[in-house]
Amino acid sequence: MIVVLFVITFSSALFVGVVHSITEEPIREAALRAETQSIRNVLPEFDATQVEMIRVDEEEVKLTKATKDGKLVGCAVLSVSHSGFGGDVQMMVGYLPDGTIYNINVLSQKETPGLGTHMTDEDNVLLKSFQGHNAGVVNMTVRKDGGDVDALTAATISSRAYCDAVRKSYEAFKLSGVLDTLKSGSALSAGTTSELATE
Amino acid sequence: MSILKDKLLLAWKGVIKENPTFVLVLGMCPTLGTTTSATNGFGMGIATMAVLIMSNMVISLIKNVIPDKVRIPSFIVVIASFVTIIEMLMQAYLPALYASLGVFIPLIVVNCIILGRAEAFASKNGVLDSALDGIGIGVGFTLSLTFIGAVREILGAGAIFGFNLGISSYMPLVLILAPGGFMVLGFAMVLFNKFLKRS
Amino acid sequence: MEITYFAIIIGSIFVNNVVLSQFLGICPFLGVSSKVETSLGMGAAVTFVMALSSIVVWLIQYYVLQPLGIEYMQTIVFILVIAALVQMVEIILKKVSPSLYGALGIFLPLITTNCAVLGVAILMIQKKYTLLQSFTYSVSTAVGFALALVIFAGIRERLELDEVPEAFKGVPIALITASILAMAFMGFSGLV
Repeated sequence: MIVVLFVITFSSALFVGVVHSITEEPIREAALRAETQSIRNVLPEFDATQVEMIRVDEEEVKLTKATKDGKLVGCAVLSVSHSGFGGDVQMMVGYLPDGTIYNINVLSQKETPGLGTHMTDEDNVLLKSFQGHNAGVVNMTVRKDGGDVDALTAATISSRAYCDAVRKSYEAFKLSGVLDTLKSGSALSAGTTSELATE
Repeated sequence: MSILKDKLLLAWKGVIKENPTFVLVLGMCPTLGTTTSATNGFGMGIATMAVLIMSNMVISLIKNVIPDKVRIPSFIVVIASFVTIIEMLMQAYLPALYASLGVFIPLIVVNCIILGRAEAFASKNGVLDSALDGIGIGVGFTLSLTFIGAVREILGAGAIFGFNLGISSYMPLVLILAPGGFMVLGFAMVLFNKFLKRS
Repeated sequence: MEITYFAIIIGSIFVNNVVLSQFLGICPFLGVSSKVETSLGMGAAVTFVMALSSIVVWLIQYYVLQPLGIEYMQTIVFILVIAALVQMVEIILKKVSPSLYGALGIFLPLITTNCAVLGVAILMIQKKYTLLQSFTYSVSTAVGFALALVIFAGIRERLELDEVPEAFKGVPIALITASILAMAFMGFSGLV
């Protein structure tokens, strides 16, 4: 009796192990592909990347610097907020070197279908409040809390989580030092940027 | 010819006469939890069907070797292995669907349909019949889930299989939320009882 | 961590009630909830098993599966642990406290296939809770389960006496009742 049970368990475990070793690589590739794709979505065209880990709010945030022909074209920050309505809200935020938000791509969220899930739509009000604006000048809270961001209808908590994730990504972007190199490097845009960065 | 007909009838039984959702009332958790859209319902149905067919076949193969005392644990091990395999395959090749079905994929293990069919059918019948039973019950389950998902998606979000019908702003959102799940399933069951259930 | 225990407790009893908003443990919810007394027993048994399994599962995840690098075996290991645990509880209870066994005994075998137990075990690992957080989460989820079960049983006891159209009898009317109850619980959303 025990032998039979053991044989069944053992062969099942063996079988699962074999499938695991087959699927391990595709799973990692699928995750990597999704991440690369989302970086491409939120940044202008680039040909090389460099990854940095930055600590924000006691958590590691992944920041990817993208360059084209050796020149920095932007940074993509993978940021997570834990204050979503249904769980974590994970997003990729793309910054141009001067701190302007190029695009935001929500990767995973468990918000209420039909309400908070609109944060993944193209051209939703949250995205519009950020896209094309310099993160340094936007007050990153919803209007209800005195900020500049239009919240999604009937989804204030989801909207707050969205803002929280963007804020974290901007903290990481600031810490990456891209703004500082810009200030000392290019005299042309330095004036405006430093002004904005002190907001 | 008549053998073929018998076999087809065996599979067909699972679709209407022994429909797992509306007649046997089994597997209610995934039925309610994953039917926020037609696509999710369909995906869940297919995943469950795959596990059901494979576990039915394996259990009917090894039914004579298993001592009666360790019957249930052995079944659970077999089912859990197949669930893990499906889980890994989905993660590798259908990451988007895997993400939206979430915790309900590992929970196929405790779906009463699968253990129920193992106990009531596969442990008493041959491999071919068990496979057919799995297909029939699986198709019945998939159809029910897709149907409920479609109803909830159309009425709640004004879309079908993710295709927006352009009427979303007129639709009662509550049908996609938790109460809508109970309500649509309840009324679908009423209609099934009224028109399809024949003794 | 910013997740406070208070938020976990209120969140899992009311806001994200296992049955009414997460759709876990529907089978016992529909099956055992025709009398308030039996649903209390079921609720107590589930709370007991969930509290115990949360600790065991947490220890297994972080001291066995992770060091060995076989997290992908999670589903198989968890369901076996829960099944074994339920068996053990049954045997110990029978020996130690026959009166408690008499009250909870018949519900115990049903718990293995209660997807709420496995669901909570998987979710608490997914949420990366600490041991104490996991325990709090499991117990309050179980309390939420018991609460939903008892309220629902109370409604169904009254429903028994009412005349219901033929096609609605049994499960359909129970589901529609559950829908209204779920709507009531939606009022808790945004509480934490």
